This record gives sequence, C-alpha cells and structure tokens, in this order.
Amino acid sequence: MKRVNAVIVGAGAAGGIVAKELAVAGLSVVLLERGKWYTAHDCRKDDLRNQRTTLLGNAFGPEDEGNPRVWVDPQGDAHTALASEGAYQNNAACVGGGTLSYGAQAWRYMPQDFRMKSTYGAPDGSSLEDWPISYDDLEPFYEKAEYEIGISGDYSGTPFHGPRRRPLPMPPLPPNREFEILEPAARRLGLHPFHLPMARNSIAYNGRGPCMRCRWCCGFACEVDAKNGSQNTVIPVALNTGNCELRTECMVREILTDERGRARGVAYFDADGHLQEQLADLVVVSSCAAESARLLLNSKSRLFPNGLGNRYDQVGRNLQGHHYTGAIGYFDFETYDDLGPGASIAICDYNHGTPGLSGGGMLANEFIRLPIHMIDRLPPGTSSWGLAHKQAMRQWHKRSIVIMGPTQQIPSAEARVTLDPLVKDKWGLPVVRFSGNVHPHTFEIGEVQAQRAETWLKEAGAIHTSQMAGKPSLVSAGQHQAGTCRMGSDPRSSVVTPDCRLHDIDNVFVIDGSVHVTNGGFNPALTIMAVAYKASNALVRNWKGTAFRS
Amino acid sequence: MGKSSVWEFLSDEQARTLAVVCDEIVPADDFPSASQAGVLDYIDRQLARSYRRHRAAYTDGLLHVDEMSRIRFGQPFAALASDHRFEIVSALEQYDKPFFNLVRNHTLEGYYGSPRHGGNRDAVSWRMLGLAEPPIRGRSQYDLTNGSPS
Repeated sequence: MKRVNAVIVGAGAAGGIVAKELAVAGLSVVLLERGKWYTAHDCRKDDLRNQRTTLLGNAFGPEDEGNPRVWVDPQGDAHTALASEGAYQNNAACVGGGTLSYGAQAWRYMPQDFRMKSTYGAPDGSSLEDWPISYDDLEPFYEKAEYEIGISGDYSGTPFHGPRRRPLPMPPLPPNREFEILEPAARRLGLHPFHLPMARNSIAYNGRGPCMRCRWCCGFACEVDAKNGSQNTVIPVALNTGNCELRTECMVREILTDERGRARGVAYFDADGHLQEQLADLVVVSSCAAESARLLLNSKSRLFPNGLGNRYDQVGRNLQGHHYTGAIGYFDFETYDDLGPGASIAICDYNHGTPGLSGGGMLANEFIRLPIHMIDRLPPGTSSWGLAHKQAMRQWHKRSIVIMGPTQQIPSAEARVTLDPLVKDKWGLPVVRFSGNVHPHTFEIGEVQAQRAETWLKEAGAIHTSQMAGKPSLVSAGQHQAGTCRMGSDPRSSVVTPDCRLHDIDNVFVIDGSVHVTNGGFNPALTIMAVAYKASNALVRNWKGTAFRS
Repeated sequence: MGKSSVWEFLSDEQARTLAVVCDEIVPADDFPSASQAGVLDYIDRQLARSYRRHRAAYTDGLLHVDEMSRIRFGQPFAALASDHRFEIVSALEQYDKPFFNLVRNHTLEGYYGSPRHGGNRDAVSWRMLGLAEPPIRGRSQYDLTNGSPS
C-alpha cells in the first residue's frame, strides 16, 4: 500500500478536522474509521435504537456483537458490558463519530476552565491541574471551528464567557415555549439566560438548509442534514482536495515503530478482516478518550513494552466525562410545544465563583422529550405501573421541564482505562477496562447544581419539582469522555505536549478529547474541534519546516 | 404441538400469561391496554432479535407467575379474576423484582416506543399524549427524497 504523509485513526470530531487541515496543506492523508459512513438517509427516527437511547442497540456503532468492554465495580469485581449498555461508556463508531448524532451544543470553555488548579487548588485525592495552554491561545481556533463547522446562538445575554473577536456566524433559532417560560424566571432570579450555541444551521449555511425543528435530535442523525458534524463539513472538504482517502470499517490493531523508536505507520484490519499495513511519516490518533488510550496501550514493542507514550504510566489515567445533575419541574399548564431541537436556553452564572466549590457547570433545558424518556420521570410517588402510571404519563408529558447541566469533573488519576487481561474483541485485541470512580467533590458540586436547577423551575411556576442527582459508582466517560492522554509540559505527569505530540515519539500525535486536562462545565465538542485546529496548525507549520520526513 | 403459533419466540400459553401481566402494567381505560396496542408483538419480536439474552428470564419468569397463581388461587394466572391478577403482579413486583422490572420496562417500551417495532399500534400512545403522528414538525416543507429543502 502506498506510503503517505499522515495516517489518522478515527474520523470523528477531531480526526475529520486534522484530515482536512493536513489535506488542504498538501499532505497526503489516509483517514481510517472503524465504523461506517452514514448519511441523512440513515436517520430512522427510532426512539428505541439511536445513539442516545440504545435499548435495542446503537444506531451508529459499535455493534453489541464482538465489541465488549469491561468495567470494575467499587468492590473490585469485573463485569463485561455490551456496546449498547451504559457501563460501556460509548460514544460512537462511524464517520463523524459523536458529531453525526450529538445534540450539537457547541460551547467554548471559559478562561478559568484552563486554570482550574490555579483558581481552586487541587482537592485531596484529585489530579486537578492547569492546561499548558490558555483560553487566549485557543480563541482563534474556537472562532475557526465556529465558522467552518457552523454554529448558531447568541451570547449577548450573558457576561459569563471569554473574550471573543467575532460573534457566532448564525443567529439562534427562534425561542421555543420552554425558552419563553424559563427566560423571565431566570431574570427574576438575577441570572443571565441566553440562546445556547449549537452546531446547527438556523439559516442556510455551508450549502445546506436550516433546522426543521423536529424534536428527534440528540442521538439521531439529522434527516435534513442541518446538524453540523465533521461528516458533513470538514471531511468532504478533505476528500475534495484529492489528497485524502477515507477508509471505513477499518480497525487499527497497533501503531508500528521502527528500531529507532519512531512510528512508521499502523497495522489494521480492513473491512474484509484482512490485516493491512499503512505506512506514513506521521500517525495521528483521534479515536476518542477510551479507544485512543487503548490503541497506545496495545502498541507494545521491545522499545515500548508498556505501550506508546506510556513510559511513566500516564496513558489512560484522568478519565473524565461529565457528572450530569439537575431537576424536573411539573406545571399546571402546557410547557411542551413539540418544537425542536429541544435545548434552547442556558445560564453560565454558576460555572465558577461559588465559595467552597471548585467549579460548577452550565445549566440548560434538556433536549430529550420523547414519550419513552418520560416513563421514569414522573413525579416521585407515582406508581411505576398500572392505571396511575398511564394517567400520570398523560397528565405530565406535556407539562414538565427538565433543567440539567454538566458539572465539571474534578479529575482523579485512579479513574482510568487499562487493557483487560482476559477479554478480547472480535479482532482478538485486548479491550478497554474501566476502573476508578468520580472524585467525591464532583458529587458535592453536582448536588448544588441540582438545587439551583430546582430553584429556577420553581421560579418558573413549577407546582412540583424533583432533583435529579445520582451518585453513580463507576467512572464517568460516555459521549463526553476525555482526559486519558493529558496534555502537559512534564513527561512524568502527562502524555502529550501542548501541540498534542507524544513526549516519547516525535511523529505520533494524539488529537481528540483525550488531551483535555480538565473538561469544562460544558459539552466538550467545540473544544475538541478547537484543539484539533490548533494542533493541526502547529503540525502543518512544522511540516513545512520539513520536520517528520524520514 | 402444531407450529401454527403466531409468535416467533413465545408459546401460545406463555403469550396468554404475558398478555395478562402486560395489561396490569398498562390497563385499558379510554385508550387501549398494552396487549391491545401490540405490546406482545413488540416483546416477542425482540426476544427473537435484540433481546435474545432475556429469553431464559421470560421462560422462567412466566412459569413463576403461573406457579404463584396456582399456589394462591389454585388456577393458572390467565384464568384469574381481575383483582387476583393485580395481587399476583404486585407479589411479583415484591418477590421477583428482576423479572418484574424486565417485563415492566419492556411493556412500557412497547407501548410508548415507535410503532415500527410492533407495539404502540397506530401510534395510539402518542395520540393519547396529544402528540402528532408522525411526531415531526416541518417535515412537509422538505423533499426527503434527496435530503434537502424542496
């Protein structure tokens, strides 16, 4: 197979951007993706089998068959999880990765989110750290992501965000009824509500039409292609250059290294299950936090007996997602107008600055309101079955609002990905093993956030409210997974440099959520994209200086 | 036994018992009960597909329901009077929580989930909740044959 300049493992949020940036700069690129390429026509609007509600399986990969993972409970017992089960911590396996079917909230982290340790100090038992880059370093690349991917929204209602040079490229969608109910209530509480940023066309943009406002959004591919992910923005641009080849249903087994300790390419199983080698001047790992760590750990050799980039046992540590908490309010009037995409209003008043709490998070009204989601969200005390349950469904389905938010997690070195010593996938590769838990201070912050959500709902007129603040006894990762290949300056406490290059090997990069030092109190997709643009920019500059060419 | 059953996985006897359990979970009022809305089709179809892993739980669980019924009332479950059925399902909830939860969740999935899977016949539960069917707004503005606005 022809040697290329760069092979990229994973065509998700980050991998798609890296492919585009390198291909446009003239590098030859092979983009490998373990899943399939779905299009708008694959939107089945199936409420029991999508990427968020997976009762009958994952719509956009991986399949339950042959793709197990293992998780370890607090007693130390290991359990196998199917890809459609919560403990699997799935994101997606397809072209576009999570961005094909995400809710598409497109947040910038705040300046403080990059300096969490300096701002708060590290709580006991945590691995809280500052990023080696600042908000200002990332700002031009946030802007680039907002314009190239296509973001709608309006920050003008809130002072709680970092400085920005340009407004968002698209206005927000008109408010839905939940927005109209929640907005004045937030103002009465002295808060600053606004139209949250979304990777979704509110007007024609990038050659595609606007959102048609259905309520089947988060977890689904958009049937009118108005939701913007890497699969309908940067990846087509990469392919149009003629410099990038996308190969789907290709599972990378390992990164190959030479006797000098540099990467020479990857070995992968193609769609027919045949083992192939793709040689390249540089290797970019963009497989999402769990799978990126797994690939590095599975790439063992004489020079790298513990896997690539893992000299100091850092690969796979600091796994984090978000701890979601909030509240549901029940109203004596209709709050539901069936106007999508659902989430429409947010506040960032509580991301930082609460005495005694090391952070916080954004709060917003929740996307999902299909009948299947309501069956376990009825008022406390409602029977879980029988006529009472049926009548409560009828009474509350259109008269309730959920406010939730992603509490920024306090990372812990013990929350981690390792390789399971026993379980293998259908290619015979050791699978991801999750162990550890969420740092207890994260739960404390989450409880306060739930109280705040409840207060907002009461002010909006809810006649009953109920907080939603669980304390799961396993790692938090899922669709917001991050942290397993931390970015830093010190090789003993991080995996990659501020430019996302392995400390150990100068031609291997990890570019995805894995490098996040902390994960903000926000959905991470736009930050993953901005980091990918920034790392690509450095990579292209170095390439032009003829680095990496052997 | 002749293989004339309409079911893919369930036996006719299992289906009779299951229908009664499902109808305790979603009884009829001015809208149909679980079995009237096709929930048995949903569960049976999934036991032949995505829920193959739950087959043993159903086989054992439904036997257990009949056994509880015979011990308490001397009759198979499907033959019981309505208040006795309620009593048995309540006992199931108390003494066989894993199976109860499985049937309860699958019944509600079948009743409130997409009609494409065999339950929620004619989108009856969505209409009950006052939702449009299909529950999509603005769709008529689009020519979906080529995925772009018409």
